[in-house]
Amino acid sequence: MARPQQWSEDDVLEFVTLKAGGQSYCIEITQIREIRRWSPVTALPQAESAVLGVMNLRGAVIPIVDLAARLGLGKCDASPRHVIMVVAVGDKTVGLLVDSVSEILTVSGEQICEAPAMGHGDLPNSILGLISIEEGMSRILSPSVLLPSALREVA
Amino acid sequence: MSRDDLKATFFAECEDLLEQLSEGSQNMIAGSADDDTVNAIFRAVHSIKGAAGAFGLENLVTFAHCFETVLDRVRSGELVPDTDALHTILRSSDMLADLVELAQADSTEIPEAMPAILDKLNELSGTAAEDAGDAAADMDFFGFQPLVLDPLGEEGDEHTAPAQAGETCFRIRLTASSDLFRNGHDPVLLFSELAMLGHLETRCDLSALPEADAFDPERCYLNWDLTLRGQVTEDAVRDVFMFLEDLCQIEAVDDPGADGAEPVPDLSPPSVAEETAPPQVQFRAAAPRETPPAPIELALGAETRAPVSAETRAPVAAEPVNPAKGAAKAASPVPQTTLRVDPERVDRLINTVGELIINQAVIAQKLQETGLASNSDIMSDLDDYQYLARELQEGVMAIRAQPVKPLFQRMQRIVREAADKLGKEVVLVAEGEGTEIDKTLVERLAEPLTHMIRNAVDHGIESAEKRIAAGKPVMGTIRLSAAHRSGDVLIEIADDGAGLNRKRILEIAVSKGLVPADAKLSEPEIDNLLFMAGFSTAEKVTNLSGRGVGMDVVKTAITMLGGKVTISSRPGEGTLFSISLPLTLAVMDGMVIHAAGQTLVAPLSSVLETIRPRPQDIVPYGREGRLLSIRGTYVPIVHLGNLLGFTCGDEISSENILILIRSERSGHVALAVDEISDQRQVVVKSLEGNYGVIEGISAATILGDGRIALIIDTDAILTLAGDLGRDVALIEEMQHGKTAAMV
Repeated sequence: MARPQQWSEDDVLEFVTLKAGGQSYCIEITQIREIRRWSPVTALPQAESAVLGVMNLRGAVIPIVDLAARLGLGKCDASPRHVIMVVAVGDKTVGLLVDSVSEILTVSGEQICEAPAMGHGDLPNSILGLISIEEGMSRILSPSVLLPSALREVA
Repeated sequence: MSRDDLKATFFAECEDLLEQLSEGSQNMIAGSADDDTVNAIFRAVHSIKGAAGAFGLENLVTFAHCFETVLDRVRSGELVPDTDALHTILRSSDMLADLVELAQADSTEIPEAMPAILDKLNELSGTAAEDAGDAAADMDFFGFQPLVLDPLGEEGDEHTAPAQAGETCFRIRLTASSDLFRNGHDPVLLFSELAMLGHLETRCDLSALPEADAFDPERCYLNWDLTLRGQVTEDAVRDVFMFLEDLCQIEAVDDPGADGAEPVPDLSPPSVAEETAPPQVQFRAAAPRETPPAPIELALGAETRAPVSAETRAPVAAEPVNPAKGAAKAASPVPQTTLRVDPERVDRLINTVGELIINQAVIAQKLQETGLASNSDIMSDLDDYQYLARELQEGVMAIRAQPVKPLFQRMQRIVREAADKLGKEVVLVAEGEGTEIDKTLVERLAEPLTHMIRNAVDHGIESAEKRIAAGKPVMGTIRLSAAHRSGDVLIEIADDGAGLNRKRILEIAVSKGLVPADAKLSEPEIDNLLFMAGFSTAEKVTNLSGRGVGMDVVKTAITMLGGKVTISSRPGEGTLFSISLPLTLAVMDGMVIHAAGQTLVAPLSSVLETIRPRPQDIVPYGREGRLLSIRGTYVPIVHLGNLLGFTCGDEISSENILILIRSERSGHVALAVDEISDQRQVVVKSLEGNYGVIEGISAATILGDGRIALIIDTDAILTLAGDLGRDVALIEEMQHGKTAAMV
């Protein structure tokens, strides 16, 4: 299978795998700032349904996005067992609500397969590539889908 | 220090110099100038020219040179400036400021007014043609690559370069006077300039160096012997030293083959004395007489850098530094010492202090939850903590505070330029220049204020004929004032022009489809049409205002700063724009409220009063609307939770607490909320950085429990209410006059 353009064959990459909506996804480790336990957020008016609200990250106000809802996998019923991954996308910081964080994957560029050209719900190009893992495969998330839609146009 | 850093320092210093210049030239016009003023202006122009030369800013140098020539004549008494000349000087200082701005924007564009002013300056300097030539030569002189140390370094490689036919050899003895650094000269620059003319050898004479404890870092103890070989004329060499005429000796040597390394004949008296004096101190004895080239460069770099950078600001305080002169001029005010700090550092500090305030609130809340008595020791310590944190915060905020003076001076310039262009006579009277506001506000106010001032000159002040016909003085007056008013800053721009032509405004608004043709609007409503997007009253587009950017841009800019702009006008008497701004953008007083299970903060500045209504005070209005009957007038009630979409269709009842808020746009409105819990200072956190703009919400803050509360934007709340806005207008009309009385 063809390899996505952004990685060359001999790149060594690290991804953090996570579960959202029962499926396995992964994000490049360089984008992840920290991982926190879920705590209640402050709701925002007129926000899209995937944006749960904002929370206080040591003085900064960051939006929290329900990743499952964002990807069209249904709303996640947040509980203290859920995890927030704080991710940097460009100069923005955003928190992602996910079911759990699993492991760090170290793969070489050649192990990444191209994702089929079929989007997730209303989000084309949301998956950059696929990595085979023990229990099936993990989908590499495109950073742009992580942002609330209010920011996506500018990002 | 990189070149960019140096350039940034140059522009920062230019700001100070231009401020002096502008103040001085205004004093000259006002007739309150003495010799010191002229000297100060001259020094400012000279300093700008010198530094601009070092950066190769040719336009600036050319202009400053002509300006300086005129000022020099005034200074020496050769030229007694008449009103016209004073006007030229004033316009020149404006032009210089414009050129600095252009240079800062990396533009080499020549302002259209420049040639005319240059002509006038040349006229004043009396030597029009000759001077123009000088200026050109001067430009060449400054055209060299600044701060190049390399020519000195490379020079070693060419050390043995054989002399060629037609070359001249110059020997220059540079005896540095103690004022060398004080006047802002840097020998390194001179040397690199010389090195561009020909082959240069430098020899540094360290013999004048005193003992370490007698060392005055502001003095230059170094003397240099320079040998320059090449196809150079004496004039070219003298040009390099034109500002140092008294400080060096230049001698042409006929024998081109003369060995540069040969000791230079000692010509300078101090040096002769040095030769005869026995070595006195170890330090000096240790320094070899014939130092090899490389260490000299090092010494140059090390010795000259620090004092020069310390002294570039000297023109500001040149007099008092010199003790003798300082004593003589005891009467002149001692210049304030200031500190240049990177604003980012201050911002970091402000952020940290903001966190401290939040942290203090968290601790207070947690202690309260433990049920401690409020008179216990720890609670009173906590009060102290709170007090100190506030003090600290106020202190830090004060660092950012800046007087509006530079901003107002810039407006003086705008008025003069605009008036000149339109052929009107307008004077700007500035009041309250010492009022201090946040630096960010000063910076971000510049553009809207410029626009408003231009508008006032262009549209506000009538033409001279019309003014005479109306029995007004020909000279129009624009009053620009700043004052603190109950936690806000109030900036007013008042002109004594014709006032707003309401009929015309309404016509335009109707013709542009901004309001329906049959709209019945009150006078303030008509005035406010000016702020609508796509509105421009200019009957013909002038190149001053009416560039498609209307007052709506001004309004948006002010609103973004958390401020409000209002307009009032009297036909025939003039128009007044009032801008009220928060003192700072980082902290505000807020009322903590609860609505629909959410905690929100309402800016205290827009809260007029809070009301617990009796059932009979709430009057139904239409199907779902509710009005609050208060002191004989009716105010619409908005359910905050419903409006923000947290709840849907919740009824407004007398259970709710009503917060009466003031909106600049559409009068008053009462917000129905569930509870008011606190009134406190909150630290404003932007939502735009990581999220985006939310209608109805201006920012967020962090509460005592670490959770985020949203700050409501009272103006936007009313826009959000949509249909309700029309109702408000209707009620206003119904109750016209009464509502205003209620404030």
